Amino acid sequence: MTSALRERLVAVAVRVAGISAIALLLVIFFFLIQQGLPALAEVPLPDLIGSRWYPIEGTFGLVPLVLGSLLVTLAATLIAVPLGVATAVFIAEVAPRSVREVLKPFIEVMAGLPSVMLGFLGIAILAPELYHRLGLTTGLTAFTGALLLGWIAIPTIVSVAEDALDAVPRGYRDGALALGANRWQTIWRVTLPAARGGVLTAVMLGIGRAFGETMAVMMVTGNAAVIPRGWGALFQPVRTMTATIAAEMGEVAGGSTHYHVLFLIGILLFLISLAVNLVGASVVFRARTRAERILS
Amino acid sequence: MNARRQRQWTQRAGFGLLTLATIVTTLPILLIVLLILQRGLAAITPEFLLAFPSDGLRAGGIFPAILGTVLLTFTMTLVVAPLGIAAGIYLAHYAPDNRLTQSIRIAILNLAGIPSVVYGLFGLAFFVIFFRMGTSILAGALTLAIMTLPVVITTTEEAVRSVPNSFHVVSVSLGGTDWQSVRRILLPQGLPGILTGVILGVERAAGETAPILFTAAAVYLPHLPNSPLDPTMALPYHLYVVSTQIPGMPAGVQYGTAAVLLILVLLMNVIATVIRSRARARRRW
Amino acid sequence: MASQLPFPFIAQQPLPPARSAKIVIEHLTLVYSDGRESLRDISLTLPNRAITVLFGPAGGGKSTLLRAINRLNDLTDVQRMQGHIWIDGLDILDPATDVIALRRRVGMVFARPVVLPMSVRQNVSYGLELAGQRDRRRLSEAVHRSLEAAALWDEVHDRLDQPAASLSGGQQQRLCLARVLALEPEVILLDEPTSGLDPISTEKVETSLHALKERYTIVLVPHSIQQAARMADHAAFILDGELVEYAPGRELFVHPRHPRTEDYIEGRFG
Repeated sequence: MTSALRERLVAVAVRVAGISAIALLLVIFFFLIQQGLPALAEVPLPDLIGSRWYPIEGTFGLVPLVLGSLLVTLAATLIAVPLGVATAVFIAEVAPRSVREVLKPFIEVMAGLPSVMLGFLGIAILAPELYHRLGLTTGLTAFTGALLLGWIAIPTIVSVAEDALDAVPRGYRDGALALGANRWQTIWRVTLPAARGGVLTAVMLGIGRAFGETMAVMMVTGNAAVIPRGWGALFQPVRTMTATIAAEMGEVAGGSTHYHVLFLIGILLFLISLAVNLVGASVVFRARTRAERILS
Repeated sequence: MNARRQRQWTQRAGFGLLTLATIVTTLPILLIVLLILQRGLAAITPEFLLAFPSDGLRAGGIFPAILGTVLLTFTMTLVVAPLGIAAGIYLAHYAPDNRLTQSIRIAILNLAGIPSVVYGLFGLAFFVIFFRMGTSILAGALTLAIMTLPVVITTTEEAVRSVPNSFHVVSVSLGGTDWQSVRRILLPQGLPGILTGVILGVERAAGETAPILFTAAAVYLPHLPNSPLDPTMALPYHLYVVSTQIPGMPAGVQYGTAAVLLILVLLMNVIATVIRSRARARRRW
Repeated sequence: MASQLPFPFIAQQPLPPARSAKIVIEHLTLVYSDGRESLRDISLTLPNRAITVLFGPAGGGKSTLLRAINRLNDLTDVQRMQGHIWIDGLDILDPATDVIALRRRVGMVFARPVVLPMSVRQNVSYGLELAGQRDRRRLSEAVHRSLEAAALWDEVHDRLDQPAASLSGGQQQRLCLARVLALEPEVILLDEPTSGLDPISTEKVETSLHALKERYTIVLVPHSIQQAARMADHAAFILDGELVEYAPGRELFVHPRHPRTEDYIEGRFG
């Protein structure tokens, strides 16, 4: 093979590999649509936005599932964001070098923990504890799920936010310190605002992570497909969209309405995650070009 | 209190809060890891690792689950590594700065954000049904491969980009081609980063249940898989089953399974970290 | 590609008869997409077996001109390039040119020494290996020969297999020179090769170049006027992308004809 031919082949091969990402995304979307769209034909829309999810009876109201996902994700976010951002700030700005060298790998370990393992401990230990301590009717609640999800989402938030804080040029900090600010003031008034875009992305990615989690929530949220009501809703069982798919797909007949509706839920998950991730990424792009314009 | 002392106190309180937050973040996880190891290690006997389950999974061992996870991740790596590394090299070295490249990057971002259970659905519709693979190792591995692709592409691109461009310029000035730069300089120098990315991808795939739920996993198989078209047991799914589906399950089996999975994951983490730090130490630029 | 030498140019001094024109640059104009460092209608002859110095203030186009000669500009966004560069009568700006072969004939040493992340030996033999040379004996000979010519052999002959990054800055730059020489080029381009080097290393490099000019065409962008005056057999003053003046050796520095040339040499600007 001549050198020129080899060059061309390689160039084509890597290009095809690159384009495969786009192709895959389209194929995924296409097949989800193909299997999920029939649900819109088979189940009248008012039923789909109904408040009862009872597949055995042929009732496919998605609202309890959507609300379940929202509730658990929101609660998890309220836990994960403050803890995650604070930890990121600690690692990037406060911790001495030796501590950093331990914490960063530890966060990576956290990120790699299988969610089914956390779900197991949720059932084995966390749920019974909550049941006893809080006097609930059951330990499998939205709150239990939110706790697990929170710690599942934290590593995502920490690593991206810490990268963003790290990327703030030293000159910013040095300048503030030279003007008489102490380290705390520098963090709040200079470094954190400068890393605003990246931290926001970290939060969005964390939310996306929590929203898309399946096994842990399936194991501990009680899987009751009811609309969470009132303030106590957090401490009652719920069902998320992800858990619904995972729990029910195994027992579903291929091609049935139930089957199509589960795929429809998959489409919903796909689109919502897309939206969350695109917002997160676009924030970073815009923030970066603004910074580049200012600094150049 | 004068302004300066008040600022000092604020700083001290603030740092204290941050430290507290970090402890709250990390301590529970540390305890979890220790707990699983403490309760699980006792159950990990040679029999546990090498025997088949018996008595409705309540006794015996988890060997087929371990093997299944190994087969799934190995097959997955055969697919995702060449494809992901090639795509990463394309983005880092060959891709022009145009709309197509931007679209590729957006596609990768989106792929990275898709929930794992949606990948499972896709795998079911695409590999199991459309390509008639049935519930099989192949279908599961391919599903895992697609799920892991964004990670491999991104880490490969980062690793190749981190190699100074001046090397490529020098190579070209000596009469080298693009591919020669890739083969002789960029790939070898970027290899640690690429390897780390692949290992972390494998680590994640080994622990994921949702993508293999409908594509590959079986609760119990009396014999080992014979071909890639056979279904298989798998560690994370096995943990799910023994912790939720079977009454009267001894805690030892549950904690033992969890411990094996945990150790597998931690091992890969350690390997990736070691590769990364050794490469950083030996870096000659 | 016809083998024809273009007509001589009026702005130049006529060449001494013993030297032949190795490289002829004819009406070269180059514009980058971001408008940077363009070259405006440059015409210049670079003779064989001599050191031609291209000097002038920063950003004036000297590097761009240098990189045009081995088509290294292909790596950057060039919006427009017109004109011809004839090497031994062949126009290398012609699209049909074998650029890879060209770069083996025209070697370049960069301003900051860029040693490849390999051993000393592998650095020097890299170009030959790119060209497909696999015979270990030949490679070894080439390494020896080139390191001698770059005045580096005595210092590194006992550590050829150590990482090239372990050499000092001056040694690394001479290694880069050796790397180029291993391909036995006909032209050597040097872009401020001694900037950042200590005086001893600088002297070693300059001595090597004086020896090398017996066999090669050398085009040098100096990093100081003094170096330009030391090294030049011919000198060209480049200002804002244009060739202002060109003359053999010391003449330009002793009797500059153009007022801007004199201003620059006297240090009134730059």
